[in-house]
Amino acid sequence: MTKIITTKAVRLKYGNSEALHGIDLDFEAKQLTTLIGPSGCGKSTFLRCLNRMNDDIPNVHISGDIKFEGHDIYTNKTDLVALRKEVGMVFQQPTPFPFSVFDNVAFGLRLARIKDKALIEERVIESLKQAAIWNETKDVLNRNAQRFSGGQQQRICIARALAVRPKVVLLDEPTSALDPISSAEVEQTLIQLKRQYTFIMVTHNLQQASRISDQTAFFMNGDLIESGATEKMFIKPKRQMTNDYLNGRFG
Amino acid sequence: MTEHQKDRFATGVIYFLVGIVVILLAGILGNILINGLPHLSWHFLTSESSDFQAGGGVRDQLFNSVYLLVLTTIISLPIALGAAIYLSEYARDNWITHLIRSTIEILSSLPSIVVGLFGYLLFVVQFGFGFSILSGALALTFFNLPILTSNIEESLKGVSATQREAGLALGLSNWKTIRGIVVPAALPGIITGVVLSGGRIFGEAATLIYTAGQSGSLVDYHNWNPLSPTSFLNVMRPAETLAVHIWKVNTEGIISDATAVSAATGALLVLVVIIFNLSARYFGNKLYQKLTAAK
Repeated sequence: MTKIITTKAVRLKYGNSEALHGIDLDFEAKQLTTLIGPSGCGKSTFLRCLNRMNDDIPNVHISGDIKFEGHDIYTNKTDLVALRKEVGMVFQQPTPFPFSVFDNVAFGLRLARIKDKALIEERVIESLKQAAIWNETKDVLNRNAQRFSGGQQQRICIARALAVRPKVVLLDEPTSALDPISSAEVEQTLIQLKRQYTFIMVTHNLQQASRISDQTAFFMNGDLIESGATEKMFIKPKRQMTNDYLNGRFG
Repeated sequence: MTEHQKDRFATGVIYFLVGIVVILLAGILGNILINGLPHLSWHFLTSESSDFQAGGGVRDQLFNSVYLLVLTTIISLPIALGAAIYLSEYARDNWITHLIRSTIEILSSLPSIVVGLFGYLLFVVQFGFGFSILSGALALTFFNLPILTSNIEESLKGVSATQREAGLALGLSNWKTIRGIVVPAALPGIITGVVLSGGRIFGEAATLIYTAGQSGSLVDYHNWNPLSPTSFLNVMRPAETLAVHIWKVNTEGIISDATAVSAATGALLVLVVIIFNLSARYFGNKLYQKLTAAK
């Protein structure tokens, strides 16, 4: 298996307080990895390092080594547009733009200066199908994307992220703001897509992590405690701390 | 009193207070329209104002009011939009931006007569623009900028931070996120700001008395050359607006039908503001729908 993202000794400081104390974690291509751990453990912060979404926060200092396909992404020469085209992101709150469904999904394509209208349309349809939202939107592609339900909005956002054909999609608690039915729809979508893309997902829902992920990494107080195949970790964790967390003894 | 009675009492008080506001506003509006509408006629709208005899109209004043409103909006909207984008998207929280914000607050409560005298000294005298539409529009821009800027800033700030993050995550630069997502999303609020300030500009008299002047010069509505002194488009000609006209006929006017003329002008002013309001909202909504596919 190939490692698509590798991180070594990643430290992150907000001002004087260190939120990540040196994380070494590699991600397999075309696998779904979940990052779990109690609130404030640094898992979302770590996730946001992987496409440099922490750059715009004032007083943040990041050190260590983060490589995407073998290339350091924290150089001065790194093209953020190109990086984020390869490493897309979906947030906790659905974030459709106040445009039509079609324009939302086409946004990244137009940004990438794709002018061919037929190609854009083909990609939009394909992405909506991949995100399992095509049947609900095919007759109303001109409708404002913010007028759909939360679960539908989140799948439109997944389609928007997929439209530029990223290699990796980062998901920051993508279902925690959704009701159980919508959240099951999004999960289903991820299961169907996880052989085509690399997903890295932060979640607070341990059942969800065990249901859909291939790999799991457990964070605690800014440290990576344990990582490995999900089945193994959930049945027989190596560390006592992981065992305690998975059994709800803290967190 | 029980909780239930307290609740009913408080509700009653609130309804009473709202009633006072509604009666006051409806009374003023009704009074203006009832007194003014009977004197409004096609002749009144299409004839020149008269200096001595009864029976003059407000053709030039009506056009001047609209022209000044359009010019002022054209000048102040881009400036206000730029300043508001800076304040809401780029400005760091430090003493410079605090200074800018307090300046804007102070300027927005500046009496219009002061703006008028300032405009007189700067544009009419210093820059030598004389009593002209240009001087008037520039003075009104000063009058308008603070409120328009803070209105637009508020509506930009109303766009949620998650929208900006989503833009950045798609690889948009800061500027593209603002232009492509934040400004379109804030458009309804921006339009409301323009409409509100438009109403203020339209009804403004004190600022214009000293800048756009009063004398109605000869205006030729068939002369489309903006550089010709008699053209209606010429920005260097003095121009009396509806609000200034009301002030003038009631202070130094000697026409015998001054009461009727000012009543009719007042009603016309209110009507035009309503029309401007509704049409700006209509076109604003059309634009918003076109941009956002909101149906």
